[in-house]
Formats: sequence, structure tokens, C-alpha cells
Amino acid sequence: MDLQTLTYLVVGFTFALYIGIAFWARAATTGEFYAAGRGVHPVANGMATAADWMSAASFISMAGLIAFNGYGASVFLMGWTGGYVLLALLLAPYLRKFGKFTVPEFIGDRYYSRTARIVAVICLIIASVTYVIGQMKGIGVAFSRFLETEYDTGLYIGMGIVFIYAVMGGMKGITYTQIAQYCVLIFAYTVPAVFISLNLTGNPIPQMGIGSTMADGSGTFMMDRLDQVVTDLGFKQYTTQVMGSKLNMFVYTLSLMIGTAGLPHVIIRFFTVPKVKDARSSAGWALVFIAILYTTAPAVGSMARLNLMNTIQTGEVGTVEGNIEIAKVPQWMINWEKTGLLQWEDKNGDGRIQYYNEKNAEFAAKAEGYGWKGNEMTKVDRDIMVLANPEIAQLPNWVIALVVAGGLAAALSTAAGLLLAIASSISHDLLKGVFMPDISEKNELMAGRVAMAGAIAMAGYFGLHPPDFAAGTVAIAFGLAASSIFPALMMGIFYKKMNRSGAIWGMISGIGVTMLYVFQHKGIMFIPGTSFLGDMGPSWFLGISPNAFGAVGALVNFVVAIAVSKVTAPPPDHIQHLVEDIRVPKGAGTATDH
Amino acid sequence: MNKTAEQYWKANIRLVSILLVIWFICSFLFGIILVEPLNTIKIGGVGLGFWFAQNGSIYTFLVLIYVYAKRMNALDVEFDVHED
Repeated sequence: MDLQTLTYLVVGFTFALYIGIAFWARAATTGEFYAAGRGVHPVANGMATAADWMSAASFISMAGLIAFNGYGASVFLMGWTGGYVLLALLLAPYLRKFGKFTVPEFIGDRYYSRTARIVAVICLIIASVTYVIGQMKGIGVAFSRFLETEYDTGLYIGMGIVFIYAVMGGMKGITYTQIAQYCVLIFAYTVPAVFISLNLTGNPIPQMGIGSTMADGSGTFMMDRLDQVVTDLGFKQYTTQVMGSKLNMFVYTLSLMIGTAGLPHVIIRFFTVPKVKDARSSAGWALVFIAILYTTAPAVGSMARLNLMNTIQTGEVGTVEGNIEIAKVPQWMINWEKTGLLQWEDKNGDGRIQYYNEKNAEFAAKAEGYGWKGNEMTKVDRDIMVLANPEIAQLPNWVIALVVAGGLAAALSTAAGLLLAIASSISHDLLKGVFMPDISEKNELMAGRVAMAGAIAMAGYFGLHPPDFAAGTVAIAFGLAASSIFPALMMGIFYKKMNRSGAIWGMISGIGVTMLYVFQHKGIMFIPGTSFLGDMGPSWFLGISPNAFGAVGALVNFVVAIAVSKVTAPPPDHIQHLVEDIRVPKGAGTATDH
Repeated sequence: MNKTAEQYWKANIRLVSILLVIWFICSFLFGIILVEPLNTIKIGGVGLGFWFAQNGSIYTFLVLIYVYAKRMNALDVEFDVHED
């Protein structure tokens, strides 16, 4: 069976499965729509959280970034897992004890203020929509390859499917579908990794493969070989290249960690478990399921890079026969060229492709001596690496089909979870909570679905001109969540004296500073050409990239909030009692829906 | 806040602080700040700092959450603030 048919079959089967589950478990009440009726077991909840969490950024984009940034990409690995420690230790059990549906609801009650609730809704929507843009990029890449069309067409089709899928289900449907999606995506991620690790190093466990010697009998360690291959072509050494600077990496990691604990679609998960005890273990289970993918990713990234380099540089650097002939490029390169995400150009007209770091002056001089006239791989979109990986490693077609299905599962599950968070904040927090308290359940659900559709259209529009690779865009979303939601939640629990004005001004200044910094370097509303300082290293504050700025925003939030709270009236007694009550698990069962 | 609740909260803060210190050490300290010196120690061709940054920190995070959940559940019972 050819690849195209097989891919249709596998993707079609998994979609039928998700839709079947979504239909079987469809939401009938608002309680089920937002919080799955609080009847979800911690292990099941952990698995669904993992699927919700691991998006196109984790599945499709991250290993590609690892492949090209080496050690520097550790920020994603540590940042997107370490946040679960913060979430489990600092937020999850208390928010479950509080026992409401949404994050703004907690902020509104804790800070006894409708204004605080509205500010939280706005912060939440900004962060979530940015996150969905990142997913749309991933979905666009996956669909364009799968249907062999251009990226834009892939994106439009993806938007349609997300719409049908998310609008129908609600939380109950999403939770059970996400369990199925987790199984599909983790299988799809690890199977090719095992094959590739076995091919390259003879070790079937990818996590061990990166610490093994090459299977070619040379006795060289895989990592040493990779360092050798990339430095031979003028690229930076894989295992030591930093992302920006070490300060940037530190701040970037911190920003992703805090953002993890501030993203509404993840926090919302801990409202859906039966008990406070379960909220604690749910975060642990989620991390177990996430860690399976995250500890495999370094192997996928490094091995993909090695295979890619070896595909193009087939022999000794500098010899004529050392580079692949254009007439003989493998099928996967031709397939990806159709999407526009992979491009090459025979600059020196020798009928072969040279792939090297032309920005490395020393090596560029050497390359000129070989008769090379510039790097000929003119575009290698990082986001294609995971999807192309099994093809590069010449794995059987069913594995390739599986990876496409896995990528779609990852992107869809996260997009759905995020859209739910957006929908609930608009229908539940803004309409029911503030503007139309008398709204019927049916109309509330309807408003939620309309909000979802609006968010999809907006994210799709920005997805046509994403500010960065999927993982980079998602990192910006984390920065926005880190600088606004997390500090307000944490101080709400751990600092009894934090008051209304402090929290409101903290959130506004935190997200304000972060957005200003992102926009001045990435363009206002990410529109290309409107950035007034340029997306360039030298103009960055202390060399911190816009993607990493959330940690600075969070710091601003904490400082402003504490300063303002010192000079304004302390919170009333009943609020201080509420905080004391949240701190002990006893009585969580009695916390009500409204 | 009554006395038990206060002691319970103090015990909680102590536990969380210790775990967060370890959280910082295994990721920021080993994975970023001290990565070069640690990289001189090689296991299977992989520097220890690099390993902590890409794999080791994640395993440590798992242990941290496990210990937290287990200790907190014990504290709930000890101070009689557990559910049901």
C-alpha cells in the first residue's frame, strides 16, 4: 500500500475514534462542559492532562528545535516539565479545595473584585489565543504534508477540523478523547525513536541510545560523532551551543516553568478531580506521561540532525562526491519541497547540494576554496523535523503514517483544551459572572461555543503569519501567562495580606511589560514590519529574547503587587478566612459548583 | 487560624521549601549554571551537565512530586485535616 493511502487510513481511523468518544461522552450540562462533572480518576486525568499539555509544540516542533539548537534547546525540556513541580506544590491542591470552575473565578473571589476577574479574563484570553496560534502553525504543517498541499491550505483545513471537534465536546468529551489521543501520540512518538535509535546505535531505548556508541563499529560515541559532523560543516558544536546566553537560558527556562503553572487550560484540569489528594497525585501522573515523551525528545532531535546531515553530506567534506546529487535526492525531500517548508537551490551549478553554515566566516572562506557558493539548503523549517524524521531514517510507511496521526492528535487535543478555557472564561466569567448573571445554562453553553469559533478564526488568521516556529510562539504564550496569572494565584494562596489593588495592578503591569517587550521586537500584534526595535539580539534587554521575557514580567508583577498592597487597605476578614480555609484539605467535598 | 492549622501550614511550607531547593539545584544549577564543569564528567560520551539539562532534571522532578504527594497525604492525617 502506498504512503498516501496508508496515511489517510491511519489518520481517518484515529479521527473516527476521537469523534466516536466525543459523541459518546458529549456534555449535557455546564458542569460537564467545564469540569467533566468532577468524576475523573487521577491516572485518567493525568493522561488527559498530558495530552492536553503536549501540543504541536512538544510533538512536532520541540525535537526540531533540539536538533538545531542542541544543548540550547534544554530550556524547553526543563521549562515544560519543571513547571509541574510548581503546579503540584504551589497551586493544584488549593485551587481544587477552592472548588470553582475557572481561574478568573478564583481571582475574582479571592480579590473580592469584579475588576480583578475581568482583568484575569483578559490576561487569560491573550495568553490562550497566542498559544492557539502556535498550535495552528503545527496543524498547518501536519496537514500540508499529509494532504501534500501548501502550508496555507493545510492551515484552513486544520481550522475547520478543530472547529467541529472542539465546539461539539466540552470538557467531558475532551477528557476522554484526550486519553485516546495520548495513546496515539505517545505510540507515534516513541516507535520511530526506537527504530532510529536501533539503526544508529543498536540500543532500542532512545534515552540510552544517546549515551551509546555508533552501530557502525567505529566505537565512537553517538554524541561525539554528532559534534564532529556538525562542526565539520561550520555549525556550532551540538552539546555546548547555548541559546543566546546563559542568562537568557536561565530566564527562558524560568519563564516556561512559571507559565506552565499559569496556563488556564492546565490549571482547569485540577478542578476536575474528586479530591484535594487527587489534585496532588494528578500533577504527578501528568508529569509521568509527559516525561515519556520529553526524555525521548533529546534522542529524536539529535538523531534527526545526524541523519539529516548524513543525507546531504554523504562523503568527505570538500570532495566533489561528498555531497548528494540533486537528481538523486530522496523522496522525502521532494515531498517536503511541495509544502514550501523545505527548499534548496543549486547556487554553484554543480548539480549537488552543499549544506553548511555560511555565517561562520572561517568556514565560509574554506567553503569558497571548495568551489561552494553559499549554503544551498535555503530553507529547512525546524517544524518539519519530527514529521520528516521517519522518512529520513527510511522507516516503513506505516510508521510515517502513524507520526502524522500523532502530530494531529497532539495539536488537536491542545487546541481543544485551550479553546475550552477561552470559551469558559467568556461565557462563564464575563457573561454569567459579570454582565448577564441571569443567563440560562443553554445560552451560556451557546455563548461558549460562539467564543470558541471566534478564537479559532482569530488564531487561524495569525497562524498565516506566525511570529516564530510553533514552539517559539507557544513560548510567548507561556511568558504572557507567567507574567499575569501565576503571581496572582500564588500570592492569593501564600500571602494572606495580598489585596485587590495589589493583584490588579500586578497583573496589569506584568502582562503589560511582557507584551510591550514582545511587540517591540516581534511586531505589534505580530504583524511583520511593525516591530519598532527589530527582532535582533543586540537590541534585547540584557540579551533576553522576547520568548523568554515572561519571567521578568512575573518579577515585575510580584514587585508591583506587593508594593501596592502595602499602601492600600488590607483584604477584609472574610477573605483572610477564605485563604485559611483553602489551605487545609478538610471539607473539599462540600465546596459547591456555584 | 487555630493552632493545628497553623502547625500544619508551617510543616507544609517547610516541605515545599526543601523540595523547591532541590528543584532549583537539579535544573538551574546543574543544567545551566554549572553545566561546563559538570560536562567534564562524561557518561557514555554524554557530559553530566548536558544530561541533567536534557534528561536528569526531568527524572528528578518526578521524584519531587511523588515525595510531595506522599508526605502531604501523611501530614493531612497527622494533623487531622484530611478529607472524609
